Amino acid sequence: MTPVQAVIAKELRGYFVSPIVYVVGAVFLLIFGLLSYLYVGFAGAQAIQLMQMQGGMAQVNLNDLVFRNLFSSMRIVLVIILPILTMRLFAEERKLRTFEFLMTSPIRINEIVVGKFVSVFLIYLGLVALTILVPTVLMLFSDFDWNPIWTGYLGMVLLGALFLSVGVFASALTENQIVAAFVSFGMLLIIWLIAGLGSLFGDTTAGRVISYVSYMEHYDRLVRGLIDTSDLIYFGSGLALMLFLTHRVVESTRWK
Amino acid sequence: MIDVHNITKRYGHHTAIDRVTFSVAKGEVLAFLGPNGAGKTTTMRILTCFMPATEGTARVAGFDCTEQSLDVKRQIGYLPETPPVYQELTVTEYLTFVGRLHGITGPKLSSALDQSIGRLELGSVRHRLIGNLSRGYRQRVGLAQALLHDPPVLILDEPTVGLDPKQIIEIRELIKSLAGSHSVILSTHILPEATAVCQRVVIINKGHIVAEDTPEQLSARLRQSEKISITLKTCLADCETKLRAIPGILNVLPGQAGGSFLIECELGRDLRDEIARVAVLSQWGLLELRTVSMTLEDVFLQLTRHEDHLSEPVEATVSTVSAERTDA
Repeated sequence: MTPVQAVIAKELRGYFVSPIVYVVGAVFLLIFGLLSYLYVGFAGAQAIQLMQMQGGMAQVNLNDLVFRNLFSSMRIVLVIILPILTMRLFAEERKLRTFEFLMTSPIRINEIVVGKFVSVFLIYLGLVALTILVPTVLMLFSDFDWNPIWTGYLGMVLLGALFLSVGVFASALTENQIVAAFVSFGMLLIIWLIAGLGSLFGDTTAGRVISYVSYMEHYDRLVRGLIDTSDLIYFGSGLALMLFLTHRVVESTRWK
Repeated sequence: MIDVHNITKRYGHHTAIDRVTFSVAKGEVLAFLGPNGAGKTTTMRILTCFMPATEGTARVAGFDCTEQSLDVKRQIGYLPETPPVYQELTVTEYLTFVGRLHGITGPKLSSALDQSIGRLELGSVRHRLIGNLSRGYRQRVGLAQALLHDPPVLILDEPTVGLDPKQIIEIRELIKSLAGSHSVILSTHILPEATAVCQRVVIINKGHIVAEDTPEQLSARLRQSEKISITLKTCLADCETKLRAIPGILNVLPGQAGGSFLIECELGRDLRDEIARVAVLSQWGLLELRTVSMTLEDVFLQLTRHEDHLSEPVEATVSTVSAERTDA
């Protein structure tokens, strides 16, 4: 087992003995289930309306009415919930004075950062995997196209990875977990709001650049079923940047 | 094995350590003494590659602490001031994690775990969560992690804090047993511990090394007079006068108990024979007569107080201390 795998195993163990992962997981799945129930309810009501207007059977598009709305709504859920998952990663190490031990062990800083990120990402992947139950159950009662659902899931995984990397970065900044969660939450909200700022500039270069920084339109395209290389590059580079910044923050403690 | 040459560490305008130089030979146990804020932890952190020195070089087992930090970290077992334990892990899980960080796996890891747990007598708690263990057990778990990979160099910051007297003796014996095969730097506030365990002592104050030698040599070099303690059954009014009259006696101070005196004699003269003769002839009832040696506490206080009052009028010890500093 490599040192990175050792860090991942230790972090996963840490998550599963603390109540955080169970509480966050339960809330995440509950909200996902509730939103699914609501959107299916709306779709049903719309189908009934159409049936009354047209007579006979009415075909509603579940991809648009349920899944697209569902994935769009999950953005705000992720902004609120994921900082809680990441807040402990470095902040707790500093608080419990194990940070010095980690930094004096024969492991590179990038291995520590990657190990911690991968562990929380695996937890998140597990939670996302559980939500596949919703389309699977709906498949028994209705027909819909799975392709936009897979791209929606890809979007949720990429967006989650980006949010988690921001959370890991925020956790490296402080030894207070609450502060780490708030910093992460604030950063994610600001990046979200940047999209609004971009729209103020209209279709200008400045407007396009500012809008590109926000994750909104990149995620929306994936939710709509479009896979664009620029969106994948956006998420990949954003993730790499945040992990790099985390590395720099952790390393900077050596020079303070 | 450890070679520190002129290292300086500055935090902004504050200089934590200033041109510190010392070395530790293979198999030697060195005590690192100093008041709070003297620079002990900073020096240890530089040696363990937690932070680099602003100036100077530090080498461990031939590897440079700044340029070859990963190699240095593999050679070191480090116990920081606060035991670095994860409360959510059991003792075995924690030590397994430490072993894996050091690249130990498979049967080697199992054997290292058993050895480390056995050495620190952690067998009864090996499957318990560290968060549920007492302070003393956590300290032992911290020591176990430092010893797990059997490093040639051990750096221990206050290793016996939080332990009960029996455990303190056991840990001191353990450290003593490591001498010869391991180089150990031991930071402690408990000065008898340094005397009991270490072959050599480095005293640091305000970022400077103020003394470096064996405890015996230090006390011999800083001694300004021979001291003799005497206890008499009958304390007559003329006792002090008669004692002062003995040639070679510089001062006679009343002791804490009635009938006891502390006698200061000229350096290099043993006047116990003469004092005993006077006491017997005067029929004072001689109960006890012994020389008083300078303890490490005395040495430590003398050196650190001198540093604190460096700007005050020069005392008789200054020349000796200055000589020490030059040697260091």
